[in-house]
Amino acid sequence: MIDAGISFHVSEKGYYGDFGGAFIPEMLYPNVEELRLHYLEYMMEPSFQKEFHFLLKDFVGRPTPLFKAERLSAKYNTQIYLKREDLCHTGAHKVNNTIGQILMAKRLGKHKIVAETGAGQHGVATATVCALMGMECIIYMGAIDIDRQAPNVARMKMLGASVVAAQSGSKTLKDATNEAMRHWINHPVDTHYIIGSVVGPHPYPDMVAKFQSVISEEIKWQLQEKEGRDYPDYILACVGGGSNAAGAFYHYLDEPRTALIAAEAAGQGISTGHSAATTFLGKPGVLHGSKSLLMQTEDGQVIEPYSISAGLDYPGIGPLHAHLATSGRAKFFDITDDEALDAALECSMLEGIIPALETAHALAVFGKLGAKPDEISVVNLSGRGDKDLATYQEKLKLNQ
Amino acid sequence: MNRISTLFKSTQEPILNIYATAGYPNFGDTMLVLNALQEGGVDIIEIGMPYSDPVADGETIQQSNQVSLDQGMTVTHLFDQLKNMRQSISVPVLLMGYINPVLQFGVERFCQKCQEVGVDGLILPDLPLAEYQLSYQSIFEQYGLLNIFLITPQTSDERIKQIDAVSEGFIYMVSSASTTGAKTGISSDQEAYFKRIDNMNLKNPRLVGFGISDRESFIKASNGASGAIIGSAFVKLLGNAKNLREEIVGFVKSIKGLK
Ligand SMILES: Cc1ncc(COP(=O)(O)O)c(C=O)c1O
Repeated sequence: MIDAGISFHVSEKGYYGDFGGAFIPEMLYPNVEELRLHYLEYMMEPSFQKEFHFLLKDFVGRPTPLFKAERLSAKYNTQIYLKREDLCHTGAHKVNNTIGQILMAKRLGKHKIVAETGAGQHGVATATVCALMGMECIIYMGAIDIDRQAPNVARMKMLGASVVAAQSGSKTLKDATNEAMRHWINHPVDTHYIIGSVVGPHPYPDMVAKFQSVISEEIKWQLQEKEGRDYPDYILACVGGGSNAAGAFYHYLDEPRTALIAAEAAGQGISTGHSAATTFLGKPGVLHGSKSLLMQTEDGQVIEPYSISAGLDYPGIGPLHAHLATSGRAKFFDITDDEALDAALECSMLEGIIPALETAHALAVFGKLGAKPDEISVVNLSGRGDKDLATYQEKLKLNQ
Repeated sequence: MNRISTLFKSTQEPILNIYATAGYPNFGDTMLVLNALQEGGVDIIEIGMPYSDPVADGETIQQSNQVSLDQGMTVTHLFDQLKNMRQSISVPVLLMGYINPVLQFGVERFCQKCQEVGVDGLILPDLPLAEYQLSYQSIFEQYGLLNIFLITPQTSDERIKQIDAVSEGFIYMVSSASTTGAKTGISSDQEAYFKRIDNMNLKNPRLVGFGISDRESFIKASNGASGAIIGSAFVKLLGNAKNLREEIVGFVKSIKGLK
């Protein structure tokens, strides 16, 4: 399953296979270069590690449980565990990264933070750590997402962040990212950009993956305790930019006994023109600072994606995932809006856990995976569904 | 020698480079705009290839890019419009844009087309030095295309020297940390920055870009460099013009101080 000789770790020049690099305007070069030169050194410092792990434990609530989902397991006649990232403070895995990056920002001497957000989870997680550290925080969010994720907008504001609507293009995550980058270009000296996924110029994808890798670090010992072996047969995660998947896959990238399974948002279906399934519809291209797979026209213009889930509504994926997909190391599934909604309802009714719409895409893979009765799967339950209640109410007709 | 280096060698006056989005304000206006710019006395023309996600650009240029794309502009159409450009245009011409449309067109095919229609060089803000040297430099050079690099007030002296060593033609000196069109006017801090770079004795001349909108800012910028680049202010004119040719000619003359 894994070709000997293929590396899934970032190269000296910032590449995963053919994907990655740092395609940034010169205005951002000093910031990104400073980060590139120092991120590993800063992360490895004992004082950084101590503070990072202290905050993950006492502020975020880690380790998050690895929960055996008995009724889902029975339904699909296989062994299913849920990695409960939904129980992280702020309700999703995103905070693992923002804790790491705010500590990085402090070491870089920055005192203002800018970030983009799609579902609002990364925006909330960023606003949260900014409140914690007393830093000024500006969040760019697509105008459409501001409407469909209203509770998270209110949370960001309550945490003291300014939320700015991105009005260009599709008015979703891609455009919020453009605006956040433009803000950084205009404020390079005092501001750090906390990217919310394993996207962006090198070293962001690697740095974010390393902060999120705490997820698979915990899965290893938790599974050892529960099953007497530290690897599952399958790890499943949804992929927007790919940060929760990168964290869940990280310690298994080179483990041939574990199949890596990624769920992408097919929207209304990959052939409908209303989709966000990048590995199915994308070609190599450059967006937001790295070369990866990208949904684009023949002329190289970025296509506006569609998904019911704001966190997956992005025309690209991180370069690591482009490499995992094209090398065959990970298997990608395209999950439609309807399949995700069904899976969200099923998980709620069978396990008493209302998942985020993004996460529901990963859960929906069980209908297609064909896992055997004694095989063990771990699903990264990346977030909780509170922010999606308005969508669930409407689509699942909960008001009737 | 290429047209750009020849220009810098032969001119003592401040050099005026003007940016215009291709296919804007109307799809078929590209050549009309180029001819009018030359008639007014522009020294270099920079043609913007529209892109869906121009992160280094402010609102004015973003909007012109979107309008042009909505009107159907593509890289293929642009080369078609520029097919006979050198029958009337004698000033140097640069293409400015983002790397992704170039990648999709095919880097080599793109460079070949540039050479065919008579484009002298490229400005691709999201193609930094390292990536350029890694996979693009040899192809660009094969087709005689200059790659114009940017420097900013935050660029270290060491990196400026690296960029100078790799550059040919001129260096694009961004006047302040910003996207295009974000600020107007030139402050005394900026003049000090231009002087600092001037004192580095680089082998390449510099043009100042970002924040230049009228004769006053053009002259100020040209005091510390070989000339300047006007983008957003000209794109605004294009968007509002009633008589395109006349207004373009008048604008260029007013900047150059011609009657
Ligand atoms: C709960 C949840 N899961 C997944 C994602 C997708 O992001 P990523 O692919 O980076 O994990 C988001 C993004 O907002 C999210 O909120």
